[in-house]
Amino acid sequence: MIKKADVVIVGGGVNGCGLAYNLSKRGVDVAVFEKNYLSSGATGSCGAGIRQQWSTHENAELAMKSVKIFEKLSNELGDDIELRQGGYLIAVHDKEELLQLEKNVEMQKSLGIPVKIISTKEIIEVVPILDIKGMNAIAATFCPTDGHANPFKTTFAYANAARKYGANIFTHTTVTDIKTKNKKVSEVITDKGIIKTDFVVNAAGISSEEICDMVGIKIPTKPVRKEIMATERLQPLFKAMVISFKDGIYFSQQHEGQIVGGIPIPEQKYGYKTAPTVSFLQHMSKTLTRYAPVLKHINMLRHWTGFYDVTPDARPILGETKDLKGFIHCHGFSGHGFMISPMVSKILCEYIVEGKTSDILESLSLTRFKDKKIEHEMAVVG
Amino acid sequence: MGKKKTIVCRCEDLTLEDVENAIDTGYTDLEELRKKLRIGMGPCQGRVCFQLVQKILEKKTGKKVPIKSLPKVRPPIIPVSLGTLASDEK
Ligand SMILES: Cc1cc2nc3c(=O)[nH]c(=O)nc-3n(C[C@H](O)[C@H](O)[C@H](O)COP(=O)(O)OP(=O)(O)OC[C@H]3O[C@@H](n4cnc5c(N)ncnc54)[C@H](O)[C@@H]3O)c2cc1C
Ligand code: FES
Repeated sequence: MIKKADVVIVGGGVNGCGLAYNLSKRGVDVAVFEKNYLSSGATGSCGAGIRQQWSTHENAELAMKSVKIFEKLSNELGDDIELRQGGYLIAVHDKEELLQLEKNVEMQKSLGIPVKIISTKEIIEVVPILDIKGMNAIAATFCPTDGHANPFKTTFAYANAARKYGANIFTHTTVTDIKTKNKKVSEVITDKGIIKTDFVVNAAGISSEEICDMVGIKIPTKPVRKEIMATERLQPLFKAMVISFKDGIYFSQQHEGQIVGGIPIPEQKYGYKTAPTVSFLQHMSKTLTRYAPVLKHINMLRHWTGFYDVTPDARPILGETKDLKGFIHCHGFSGHGFMISPMVSKILCEYIVEGKTSDILESLSLTRFKDKKIEHEMAVVG
Repeated sequence: MGKKKTIVCRCEDLTLEDVENAIDTGYTDLEELRKKLRIGMGPCQGRVCFQLVQKILEKKTGKKVPIKSLPKVRPPIIPVSLGTLASDEK
């Protein structure tokens, strides 16, 4: 085991590995500790959809700039991340929703996101298996450059590239404590040894609260159970991800042909219970076959649980606070931490290497919860 | 039989060569192999292939791979149609 590193990252998900890649590329000596295997957290159970259609300016901008990075990522990392840009189609169910989404679309367009409102006829052109009546749609918003990438392959590709730049990535190694000196981080204790360091990045997903506890920092994040399912493989039927904020459903057809999707569990509870529920299966299959009746003959193969690390405003917690130098927050992604990971890695890397901060980084600081003036992200699904 | 022709995972059409190559590139964890190659993500959910992959991994790395580290089979255990799941009949 190594004795020291410039930066220690706790967590080998897409954010931990993405940051390890960005830092090591800039010549920083990085160590990543992952208690299980790479992508064993939310990253490994996620839908990995990439959407730029958000209600807050900040999320839309993070996602849009991330898409630009995703588009070049396979080339840059030398491994295929299976990015597919089939668009996101967001169903609009009534006039009230239309008003809200029109506002969102206007803001998104001002950023340069190629989104538009489409008619029910156009919905069928984009996703022929949909039933307008069944889904109860009056229109939709559609952005063709939204899409999906393979979450495992993205994480592995980041990790492999980081290793080439000299990053040390330890799997099956748990961080058990963090030592501080004069309000600065100094050492990370793992079950395999002790490492001296100036920076600790908390990218531990739903375990971020435990990591914060080690240094006496309280965070307002809660674990929320989510369930998600996959069908058997089918011939290519449609390219877009279909979502509805009202019904909470999302589904798309993946690279290999299976349809993957989720919906909030009827009796949603906070907590860490991993066993999937029958009520999810019923609710999901009822809603999915209402949206696309032809799917009723298709077999569902697998169904699993994952966790969102949800903050009170559904926005992530990023960066350092004055209370403890060298302790960098990178968590609270509230169900959309895959799609913004390229920008999150970039912003945090620039902060660690150059001390560079930005409006986005400051607005996502943990201190915002003290000020109580928080802007909630409304466009959350699943 | 050649490694290119020996099928390890029938559902996802993966050969012995695919598995060995992935292990050589550093995917030495059953779960990582599963996520990299989709081994065990087919209709049988690995009932046919996981034990084989476990043996191949043990042979290549010289390390014991405990049975309990085999990925879990996920509900509904056998494929069920969405129409059946959506119906209210008991
Ligand atoms: C069902 C579901 C669907 C989703 N769909 C989408 C989507 O469509 N689009 C999208 O953008 N996002 C989606 N998300 C959210 C997304 O998966 C997460 O926001 C993202 O993967 C978070 O990545 P991460 O690297 O921050 O955390 P994680 O992937 O959770 O990684 C944290 C890692 O830290 C490790 N760890 C924890 N404690 C310790 C310790 N003490 N020592 C060492 N290691 C430790 C864990 O083992 C874990 O591997 C979805 C999530 C779920 C659950
Ligand atoms: S043989 Fe591998 S999943 Fe069925």
